[in-house]
Amino acid sequence: MKHHDAGLKIFSLGVIWLWLIVFALLPFCLVTLASFVSHDNAHLLMLPATLQNYLQLNNSIYVKIFKQSFYIAGMCTLICLLLGYPFAYAIARMKSRYKSLLILFIIIPFWTSSLIRTYSMITMLKPKGIISSILMWTGVISKPLPLLFTDTAVMIGLVYNLLPFMILPLLTNIERLDNRLIDAARDLGANRLTTFRKIILPLTMPGIMSGSILVFLPAMTIFYIPDLLGGSKSILLGNLIQNQFLIAQNWPLGSAISVVFTLLLGILLLIYWRSSRKDTQDLL
Amino acid sequence: MATNIIELRGVSKSIHGHGILHGLNLEVRNGEFLTLLGPSGCGKTTLLRLISGFEEPTTGTVFINGKDVNGLAPHLRHVHTVFQSYALFPHMTVYDNVAFGLRCQKLPKAEINARVVEVLRTVKLEKYANRKPDQLSGGQQQRVAIARAVVNRPLVLLLDEPLSSLDYRLRKTMQIELKQLQRKLGITFIFVTHDQEEALSMSDRVVVMHEGQIEQVGTPRQVYEAPQNLTVAQFIGEANIFDSEILAIDGKQLTVNIQGKQRQMKTNRSFDVGQKVHILVRPEDLRVWGQSEVDNSNEMYPGVVEEVIYKGTTVDLMVRLANNQLVAATEFFDEDDEKLEYTIGEAVWATWVSGWEVVLPYETS
Amino acid sequence: MKNWPMKSYLTGIYLFFYIPILVLIIYSFNNAQYSLVWHGFSFRWYQELFSDNDLWISVMHSLVLGVSAATIAMCIGGLTAISLFRYQFFGRQLLQGLIFILILSPDIVMGIALLILFSMIQLQLGFWSLLLAHITFCIPFVVVTVSSRIVSFDEYIFEAAKDLGAKDMIIMTRIILPLLWPALFAGWLMSFTLSIDDVIISYFVAGPDFEILPLKIYSMVRLGVKPEINALCTVTFGLTLLLIILSQLVLRKKP
Repeated sequence: MKHHDAGLKIFSLGVIWLWLIVFALLPFCLVTLASFVSHDNAHLLMLPATLQNYLQLNNSIYVKIFKQSFYIAGMCTLICLLLGYPFAYAIARMKSRYKSLLILFIIIPFWTSSLIRTYSMITMLKPKGIISSILMWTGVISKPLPLLFTDTAVMIGLVYNLLPFMILPLLTNIERLDNRLIDAARDLGANRLTTFRKIILPLTMPGIMSGSILVFLPAMTIFYIPDLLGGSKSILLGNLIQNQFLIAQNWPLGSAISVVFTLLLGILLLIYWRSSRKDTQDLL
Repeated sequence: MATNIIELRGVSKSIHGHGILHGLNLEVRNGEFLTLLGPSGCGKTTLLRLISGFEEPTTGTVFINGKDVNGLAPHLRHVHTVFQSYALFPHMTVYDNVAFGLRCQKLPKAEINARVVEVLRTVKLEKYANRKPDQLSGGQQQRVAIARAVVNRPLVLLLDEPLSSLDYRLRKTMQIELKQLQRKLGITFIFVTHDQEEALSMSDRVVVMHEGQIEQVGTPRQVYEAPQNLTVAQFIGEANIFDSEILAIDGKQLTVNIQGKQRQMKTNRSFDVGQKVHILVRPEDLRVWGQSEVDNSNEMYPGVVEEVIYKGTTVDLMVRLANNQLVAATEFFDEDDEKLEYTIGEAVWATWVSGWEVVLPYETS
Repeated sequence: MKNWPMKSYLTGIYLFFYIPILVLIIYSFNNAQYSLVWHGFSFRWYQELFSDNDLWISVMHSLVLGVSAATIAMCIGGLTAISLFRYQFFGRQLLQGLIFILILSPDIVMGIALLILFSMIQLQLGFWSLLLAHITFCIPFVVVTVSSRIVSFDEYIFEAAKDLGAKDMIIMTRIILPLLWPALFAGWLMSFTLSIDDVIISYFVAGPDFEILPLKIYSMVRLGVKPEINALCTVTFGLTLLLIILSQLVLRKKP
């Protein structure tokens, strides 16, 4: 279709492309480039180009941090999934008129500042904090429970912050589930477990994947949660990168860590995407 | 104004290498109600869009009022479209919707008001001027869509399947209303539909399209009673087709052999002896007689009643002829006719009055 | 089906979400510095909060930043969503992919990427670096919000308008914007909230002279639990609540 007044179109596209190229595409390219250069005390980034940064990562310390971060993020994702799926399922299939209100009550934590929510966890988890005090008061334990500054605290903090990120995508996905499919399965004789395994689970897989990605990524990279709840003992990937950029002033290394992290993530996503396409092809 | 308000010469359209329209020639007469009729995918909507200017032909020319409109923007062509979904602006009142085009032309307020009020009166919606589209019924929305287009005084109004989303009763009512509206306004209407009954009941002329070609152009009666070929015959109305071969020709009289019996047929077309033909007999022209009623079965074909479908005003009979061909006969209730109750499995004779058939050249489907 | 195990499970999760915050709110009114025992209701910490000048400066800064970033992001994001819906253009899928990547990118990667960019173009870290960064991460959210509304439009509305003689600008001002403004406003609210609460990206691109609220809270919190922080968090939570409810109401509006 010919455009006889294309002025607005050209302006819009111009602004959009300009902004996204300069402030989105370009910075990401710069990170990749930065991972291949060197630095010294006077210059944050300087030539010569080198693979030094990547080679450095082979050090056992860094590998350990990578592994630890993947493990914790993975556990967090799993816990969020196990806690969040039944929750999302129940709410999504609800027919009550309070449903939108209930959904609002999930959206509120989702939008509240993550920092504030993490801080509120500190109050709960302190040695003289709420949880400890209640447990002592009821006589379950005799000494104050040092929950804060442990890996457990970090895990609780991560789950607390990221659970809504699992629930909301699942909600939208499960709401779209066609009831008639479940009815058809039951009509043909499937019991509840089979219906779940063969119909509901595969159909809600996209929601599970979205939720998992939205939990896993931040779990690896939010640095203030391990910082506040885990103390100096806790170094995850986010802390590592933050450290390299702002304290150690080793931008090339920080960039290299980010690039490796992104690549690993990309590979995981690719594997999932391939396997889900293969499933569909097998079905056909 | 030219007598042919729209003319297409040699128009073809391909999209992504896929041919949609092939070398069409068409003349639309000023003031007529013309319908483009065809199954989905035949290209009728594309043809409409070529006229309205939302698509350009790959080859060929489109003339509007004698002028070549190649490359001319839609709103400069003096034709307006009523879309299938009406596409009313949901946030504007009926008045604002109708006034929209006039406001784009920057006409003075007084003139806009006069014209909008007048056209709303024509479509009988003057009391609804301040309502929003979601407060109107389907039929009313459609009238707003028409008013919005017509108020700009287009040379031609293009309607793209505007009735297809309405229920049966409303459709019937709107068909009559549209026809009356067109007569009142005197504007040429080009109407697109896939419903042949609709096309026949509303149009001055029908353009039957199939796979990007125009199969036939004619009045409703012409395309129904004298279809040019098998495609048109089968698309418009029901058809019983008998395949045969011409045995002899005598002027306009043909002798053919159907199921072992010879018959005489009349035709205006020229054929050769030995040429294969299709013989078209409409269900309402096919007569079915019970065994007991028939003395001379010379030009009758034996069969067995397979299905009896009572339709209120008519009875449809599905008869399996001796050669295994299934034919349909539609009988009207006639109080003088003794026998109209047939039972399934009953042996009957099928025939038709000579001259009521149509002879068509053979086509491989 | 709702039966009591499910009901108690749901309640449990809701309690999990809200108890820590409620505790925070309650203790912001506690008339005691460090004790967990209730010493009586008091507005003391709120008074300390409101008399803290430095804090107010950072609040003002955050508001100015939030309003500016949200407004510009709404414009650019809105244009993007509209253009993606209406126009066919070269690189359309690339654009959609870019938006998708932006949403998925971890904040920290975006933070360091922008830091590198700003240092290379020698932009002083401060208000402008924060503004540019905030606009960039808000844009995808506006695009998603507006896109989900615009796809429910009858696409033939634009053709009908063109058919009747409307120029692109008229279509934009008389048809698109009136129909889209709830989604644009919701996008604005979302961007404003994201900007006010952002810690990670701001951490990297903020400068010493332009203090913003989340970073101020972060530095306060690192030093330990203080009652003023409870009061501050309560106030912030209340405001966020208001914004969310407002945005939900606006999104529910029919054209």
